[in-house]
Amino acid sequence: MITLHDVAKTYGDVHALGPVDLEIPTGGVTALVGPNGAGKSTMLTIVGRLLHADTGRVTVGGLDVVTTHPRDLARRLAILRQENHFVARLTVRQLVQLGRFPHSQGRITRDDEAAVDTALGFLDLTDLQHRFLDELSGGQRQRAYVAMVLAQDTDYVLLDEPLNNLDMQHAVAMMARLRRAADELGKTVVLVVHDINFASAYADRIIAMTDGRIRYVGTPAEVMTSTVLSDVFATPVTVVDGPGYPLAVYYRG
Amino acid sequence: MTRSSAPAAPLAATAAPGTRPGRRSALPLVLALAVTLALVVASLFVGVYDLRAEGGGQMFLITRIPRTLALVLAGSAMAVSGLVLQQLTQNRFVEPTTSGTSEWAALGLLLSVLLLPGAGIATRMVVASAAAFVGTMVFMAILRRVQVRSTLVVPVVGIMLGAVVSALTTLIAISTNYLQLLGTWFMGSFTSVVRGQYEVLWIVAAVCVAIFVLADRLTVAGLGRDVATNLGVRYDRLILLGTSLVAVASGVTTVVVGFLPFLGLIVPNVVAMLRGDDLRSNLPWVCLGGIALVTACDIVGRVVRMPFEVPVAMILGIVGAAAFVALVLRVQRRG
Amino acid sequence: MAEVTTSPRTWSPAAAPPHAPHSGGPRWRVVVGSYGFRLTLVVLLALAAAVGILTYGNPAAPGSSGFWVIVRSRFASVGTILVVAFCQGVATVVFHTVTNNRILTPSILGFDALYRVIQTALVFLFGAGTLAATDGLGKIALQSLLMVGFASLLYGWLFTGTKANLHLLLLVGVVLGMGFGSLSTFMQRLLTPSEFDILSARLFGNISASDASYLPWGALVCVVVGTVLWRRRHVLDVVALGRETATSLGVRHQREVLLTLVLVAVLISVSTSMVGPMTFFGFVVAMLTYQVVGDSRHTRTLPMVAAVACATLLGAYFVLRHVFYAAGLVSVIIELAGGLVFLVHLLRKGLR
Repeated sequence: MITLHDVAKTYGDVHALGPVDLEIPTGGVTALVGPNGAGKSTMLTIVGRLLHADTGRVTVGGLDVVTTHPRDLARRLAILRQENHFVARLTVRQLVQLGRFPHSQGRITRDDEAAVDTALGFLDLTDLQHRFLDELSGGQRQRAYVAMVLAQDTDYVLLDEPLNNLDMQHAVAMMARLRRAADELGKTVVLVVHDINFASAYADRIIAMTDGRIRYVGTPAEVMTSTVLSDVFATPVTVVDGPGYPLAVYYRG
Repeated sequence: MTRSSAPAAPLAATAAPGTRPGRRSALPLVLALAVTLALVVASLFVGVYDLRAEGGGQMFLITRIPRTLALVLAGSAMAVSGLVLQQLTQNRFVEPTTSGTSEWAALGLLLSVLLLPGAGIATRMVVASAAAFVGTMVFMAILRRVQVRSTLVVPVVGIMLGAVVSALTTLIAISTNYLQLLGTWFMGSFTSVVRGQYEVLWIVAAVCVAIFVLADRLTVAGLGRDVATNLGVRYDRLILLGTSLVAVASGVTTVVVGFLPFLGLIVPNVVAMLRGDDLRSNLPWVCLGGIALVTACDIVGRVVRMPFEVPVAMILGIVGAAAFVALVLRVQRRG
Repeated sequence: MAEVTTSPRTWSPAAAPPHAPHSGGPRWRVVVGSYGFRLTLVVLLALAAAVGILTYGNPAAPGSSGFWVIVRSRFASVGTILVVAFCQGVATVVFHTVTNNRILTPSILGFDALYRVIQTALVFLFGAGTLAATDGLGKIALQSLLMVGFASLLYGWLFTGTKANLHLLLLVGVVLGMGFGSLSTFMQRLLTPSEFDILSARLFGNISASDASYLPWGALVCVVVGTVLWRRRHVLDVVALGRETATSLGVRHQREVLLTLVLVAVLISVSTSMVGPMTFFGFVVAMLTYQVVGDSRHTRTLPMVAAVACATLLGAYFVLRHVFYAAGLVSVIIELAGGLVFLVHLLRKGLR
């Protein structure tokens, strides 16, 4: 379980987040949605201990993200940000091996190699594993990062807009894999998505935020209503029945 | 040059034609003139030699007046050169020492000493100026060809070019036993400026006048090739003309006093910061600023360790580097 | 994602597993392409240059006692070169890692000049006595501390203030280096001649005439720092992924960066005090190393950069001293060539 208690963050005069109280149960896929500047990424990065909150306390699986030893935390919690720029020249496999760092401290064991192979296979990267990252397309690289996060083999996986830079085909494939990661590997997946309909189609739970506060929490069926979405996005939204899940339509009033 | 979106572009654009900010009031300019004059007069009376002693009058004529005149000429010339280079490259951070121009002049000077040992100072200056011209054109050609046109990379390229040329000069100097001379030559200093030595600096006064005459066309050049051509200015010819003026100013100054680092950078930028970007009305300010800054630094250099002197280039180097960094950060923070 | 399975597998020499099908060529190609072979080759080149420096042009008959006297006297030069090359090469590679770029080097950002300013300021403020009194490891530690303090204040402030704009850092670093140069010359002018003598003995070493008494200390520092960095090579691999990914992988990023910068400052201090500033040497050997190694895991880059740096500097020294009889030109020529390489790289590739 992920818990946030009285968590708040300000940048200068700007109130970025909270104070927020929240519990995200173990297992399944949780989607954070909301307009730009709602505090989704801020909240996710605070939970992922990349950003320190001004006040409050965050625990992931019972571990306090600030006081727990970084190595212990890295075996339970992994986070992937949307921008991953580095100049180091690595192959896909070398990158995914680094995902095992919390477990092996760099000395790769046979278990680590097995975990790496699984992660590569899970993201369909086995054929690309010896390619250098700078030789890949943006979508392939994004998959490599997700493979690294999965190789880290943590119970909790946080992803900040994992669909960025992916075209339609690859975005669908990515969401399907994350769904499988939750169902087959038993992971707790929390992600920020821009497209509300992806949340509707794949998530178990949707958390809608505006202005640094949590406005609605519920299943897609509960959140995907015209009233809720029009309120959250400050735009007239109609919800229609889709193929097995509701669809938000808002393109033309 | 035309693809550049360098911040120098709005230099001229902000001043609508017909408005003359300089006309607003003559008082600030008069004040600046008074301050500069005070510094110049101070420069006449600072020194180890007691002018009231016997031969004081002679001393005054032989060293103090020539030195002060040299300060005035070199200061205004280098400051104005910086302004011109900034227009031609459309980049705020370019000046003779961040474009390699001065280093090329030094290389030319060394070559003239090696190849034409008997030549007089006039020949040396011609060679140095020619080298400065070639170097500046090389710099411009590189800028035109490369893909990296970021405002901040342009001066880095110039400094690196200068460093490479400078290493070459050092190499030649070491293998011909001129290294010691090199140090004293190029560490910009007015110590050795005496009557009979400085007169050639009057050439740069002519350069300043020419720049005043060309001011409007240089403003147009600052808008880039396309705009300039559209306005009926022959861009390439103007670039050549501007570059040769800068080359002559740097060449002559390098031969007589040595490098004056950052002078052409600080003064035009500070003036633009205080007054906005109107080239013509800024020119007198840039001249005065250059004179005032170099004179002040020279006085400090003379006073700080009496009876010895610290070359003005060192003080300019410290002040200039600090001012440069402050400027870069300021520009960066705003945009 | 079906399209990827049909794309041809590219064969990369450094990373291919031993059983990978090599359609590209005969067995010797695989050997030439292997990391071990390349490293051995570079080490052999370095050894050859070292032997050349020690023995070439020795007027005494080989094996005679006079011959060995001359060889022994040249050992100091070779030792100095090894220490300096190691310091510059390794410092540059790990600096690239923690700053996440491949063009800024400690030397280009003015670390060398900063070292000189601090040395000069120490003499300027406390007199020459302090320099003489604080010798050995204590002095190195103190200086490194000062350097790291200044460097992290200055560059830390720059890094945080403007979202780490590389162009900005490069320009500011270069200009600060120039300013530091002027500042230390200025302070040196204000020193008494005797103080200046003591200072210049510390600051203006060169390869041919370096202070041999300093060599054991320098070598010791290299061994200690080298060992620490080698033990942390896997951590450095993670740090190279950037702050956020490294944090997610359980590495205390800020602490690692600071520790590495401390070690870089130590290495640069040692190098600068032995032969003076070398602006572009680190850049050139790091570039060469990345080319030779292919990937950037520190298990491979660290040994290689040490070998490449030693081979380059030894080779340059051998050629210049014994072929062109111009030992004094070594650093100037390296600056000239290195500056050109840097300029060309900057113009062709930009800041990547």
